[in-house]
Amino acid sequence: MNPAATGRPVDREQQQTGPLHDDTRIAGGKIAFFQYLSVAVFVFLVIAFWDLQIRNPEFYSEQAFRNSYKALPVLAPRGKILDRDGRVIVDNAPSYSVLLNRQMLKYEHLRQIAEGLGLDYEDLAGRVRRFESRPKYTPVIIKSDLSMADLAFVESHRDPSAFPELELFHSDRRLYPRDGVAAHVIGYVGEVSEQELDSPDFAKFNPGDIVGKFGIERQYNDILTGVDGQRQVMVDSFGRERGVVAYKEAAPGRTLQLTLDLDLQAVAELAMEGKRGAVVALDPRSGELLAMVSRPSFDPNIFAGRIKAAAWKEIVENPYNPLLNRAIQAQLAPGSTFKPIMALAGLETGTIDEDWGVHCSGGASFYGRYFKCHKKGGHGAVSLHKGIAQSCDVYFYNVGNKLGIDNIAKYAEMAGLGRKTGIDLPNEASGVVPSTKWKMRNFRQKWYAGETISVSIGQGATTVTPLQLAHAIGGIATGGVWARPHVVKDGKKVEAERGNLNLENVNRVIYGMWAVVNEGGTATVAHLPGLDVCGKTGTAQLASNDVLKAKKGDRNMKDNAWFVGFAPRQAPEIIVVALFENGEHGPQAAPIVRDVIKAYFDKKARNPARQVALVPLVPQPLALLLRPLATPVGAE
Amino acid sequence: MPHYRSLRDFDWTLIALTLALCGVGVLQIFSATHDNPTWHDSWWKQIVWVGVGLVLMWMVTLIDYHNLMSQSTLLYGLSILGLGATFVLGKTVYGARRWIGIGGFHLQVSEFVKLVIVLLVARYLSDRKGDRELEGSDLVKLGGLVAVPLVLVMAQPDLGTSLTYLPILAIGVFLAGLRWKYVIALAVLLAVVLPVGWHFLKDFQRDRLVTFIDPMLDPKGRGYQVIQSKIAVGQGGIWGRGVTRGTQTQLRFLPMAPTDFVFSAFSEEHGFVGVVVVLGLYFLLLMQIIQNAQTAPDRAGLYICMGVAALLLFHLLVNVGMVVGRMPVTGIPLPLMSAGGSNILSIFLMLGLVNNVRLRRFVN
Repeated sequence: MNPAATGRPVDREQQQTGPLHDDTRIAGGKIAFFQYLSVAVFVFLVIAFWDLQIRNPEFYSEQAFRNSYKALPVLAPRGKILDRDGRVIVDNAPSYSVLLNRQMLKYEHLRQIAEGLGLDYEDLAGRVRRFESRPKYTPVIIKSDLSMADLAFVESHRDPSAFPELELFHSDRRLYPRDGVAAHVIGYVGEVSEQELDSPDFAKFNPGDIVGKFGIERQYNDILTGVDGQRQVMVDSFGRERGVVAYKEAAPGRTLQLTLDLDLQAVAELAMEGKRGAVVALDPRSGELLAMVSRPSFDPNIFAGRIKAAAWKEIVENPYNPLLNRAIQAQLAPGSTFKPIMALAGLETGTIDEDWGVHCSGGASFYGRYFKCHKKGGHGAVSLHKGIAQSCDVYFYNVGNKLGIDNIAKYAEMAGLGRKTGIDLPNEASGVVPSTKWKMRNFRQKWYAGETISVSIGQGATTVTPLQLAHAIGGIATGGVWARPHVVKDGKKVEAERGNLNLENVNRVIYGMWAVVNEGGTATVAHLPGLDVCGKTGTAQLASNDVLKAKKGDRNMKDNAWFVGFAPRQAPEIIVVALFENGEHGPQAAPIVRDVIKAYFDKKARNPARQVALVPLVPQPLALLLRPLATPVGAE
Repeated sequence: MPHYRSLRDFDWTLIALTLALCGVGVLQIFSATHDNPTWHDSWWKQIVWVGVGLVLMWMVTLIDYHNLMSQSTLLYGLSILGLGATFVLGKTVYGARRWIGIGGFHLQVSEFVKLVIVLLVARYLSDRKGDRELEGSDLVKLGGLVAVPLVLVMAQPDLGTSLTYLPILAIGVFLAGLRWKYVIALAVLLAVVLPVGWHFLKDFQRDRLVTFIDPMLDPKGRGYQVIQSKIAVGQGGIWGRGVTRGTQTQLRFLPMAPTDFVFSAFSEEHGFVGVVVVLGLYFLLLMQIIQNAQTAPDRAGLYICMGVAALLLFHLLVNVGMVVGRMPVTGIPLPLMSAGGSNILSIFLMLGLVNNVRLRRFVN
């Protein structure tokens, strides 16, 4: 072979002379082939890296981020709710909730998770389904206020091999007074419903958020709700936290101070124990709500977590509807408690005067129909003072008959009946004040004069809520100034409506109401020595006499007992309305009112600071009475 | 004819490249394990292994490779014995018996068998006289010799390592020359063996192949490794996330970050630039080995060097290809970088063979 032709170096050429089988030249081309193969392999690999690292790094960074970053909600605690003295009514208690991380969620785990946490599987699955349209990183909170057993279950099952979608987080639970105290005023919170989410009030909320559902919690939801924060944490492949990446603190909701007085509330609650009905106590000067009770009540604490279907069912299916706030939602005939308004209307329109009288023989006929008085034998000669004190029906039949329905309606409406009082609680009812217009509008019928007779004693179509009654009579008691009732102490100026009443006439009516309690009237039981308690009883039938006869013995058809009372007579500070459903007679409700009024003045006497602040308003005789009680004996 | 050889005659380029790659490996092992209590000392263990490897490498050069080849029958017998012992005494890890404990160390016999196969193939092919192409009988004999350890390792089961024996055989056969009819026959045989072989694969090996084709079939299960590795590589971008800063590695989403997936961890923390540099180092190392093959004094030396080169290329293709999801997860380490004693020692021994050949290139 010619060395020059092959171009091989000479030393290689010499190897040709060696043993033939050791000629390494055979491999020359093949080694080159292998080198090209190597280049191809490396190019192949570099292209693969190019593909991942240069063309799609964002995609993979995003994937890595999703792997290792987790956003956990930091729920803002709701604002506390205080009573007028700053005592805590509603507090928050630390608790744990568990959520499902939907990025990790496996649907086949749900059944076991539901079982482990004592949840209903259908409920849980439904809840998860409702979240399907939301972004994957939005977690589903599946249970709040975890028990120790729940905590143990979550802690032992959140590893990657079991249910890594489970995630514990700290969340405050709402702590309400026990035994349903003030439950209807305060209300409760719950998970925002889908219907609520569609309403503008809840526009800023997301599914799973806790919102106020009822009472103050609902009314002042925006103030009580804080702004949730977020914790972004880095987690490793075992789901363990390895560091906090970002922390947005939660802004707690604002504290709300109510005008409610827990002491009075407690007395009113006790007085209503075992009864059905409502108690409302207002300061008629300012419209501040001092106490509000509705019975039967419910325990808002069971709503504080995510309520279980069974507990909810029990409340909803109770025939006496514990969720009804009777104080503002029960619309019932006021019965004889309507009479002070009748009396005032009579005097103000000049239809009657103080001395105008009738003879009560136990009933009277109007428009061909006989109307009974509640006193079988009759009251004999009755004028205004006796008419109110003894609650003579015949007297007021005649007043009403002389007044006519539209005059009655005018003064009832002046006192705020027939419309909402505007209290800052949701779903207040407006009651009914019948009039010719009202009948035409609602029934397309003329008003019959005979119907006025029933209205005169607070029956017929007339309905009021306990709050309306307190508001109406409270306005009369303060001389014709109706302060708008409110629950939250916000320091705003008192809103009030003024009726231009003749104070002489007002005094005459109040004198009658004083006699009810203090002069052998229908509610002497409400008498408190040294306190000029004024009041009016009411016994309201639930249906006409004929219907009642047919249903005789049905406990639920027994008359409702009302009592409205205020004190002191000259400068009222508190007005209390008690409704005792199926209590049969007005006097049955009077002790409830008496107890609350007594508690108010007892407390005032005990508390010098408050006494000092309020002394100028207390009439002389009462101030004299209070002094020895308020000042410790040793300090004399 | 033992005579003094100067240290100067060693392939220092090759050693420098090797140590550079080992250094990168140690750094990456440190980064991936510094806060892992069970692995935190693996980086300095790796340094010790490299040190031991260097000594073994030097020792291998002391004995002429011709003498080593003449002992290949004995070494082959020892290999089969070792693999058999692994079956009996082996420690079961991840459902496979691959390691036997010797004085506190866990030795992976199959790693060292590579070395024996390199010598065996070189000896068989260089013993043949003349330039004629391989006969069918040669193929059967040589194939049979390689098949015995291969099957033993495959049965451990360790498909990845057993497959690394094939490129040694293949390059030898390729260099020695093969008639076209045998090439075709082999292709046909392969087409038949593959489906049948599929039948004999263990479940997890099949799953690996299936998930290689579509990792998303089971993202939390078997495809997990590939997906996490691709995420790690991808988020490295151009410059990488920095040493100890790769979330995939540090938060242990990346499985086996210091061992089989060390290159994935490296890619995450050093990016495309780092990848190109390190792949470049490997390429230079490969070319350096090939250069030693080209300057080998005889065919035996050529076969040895090319066997090592083919093995290295195969390892790179399969391991790095796996890291980027272009190759199935076979569980073979990246030479020089993956943490592990057997792997380091076996590659240093093989590079020792390459140096051995180099030191004897000026024969006569």
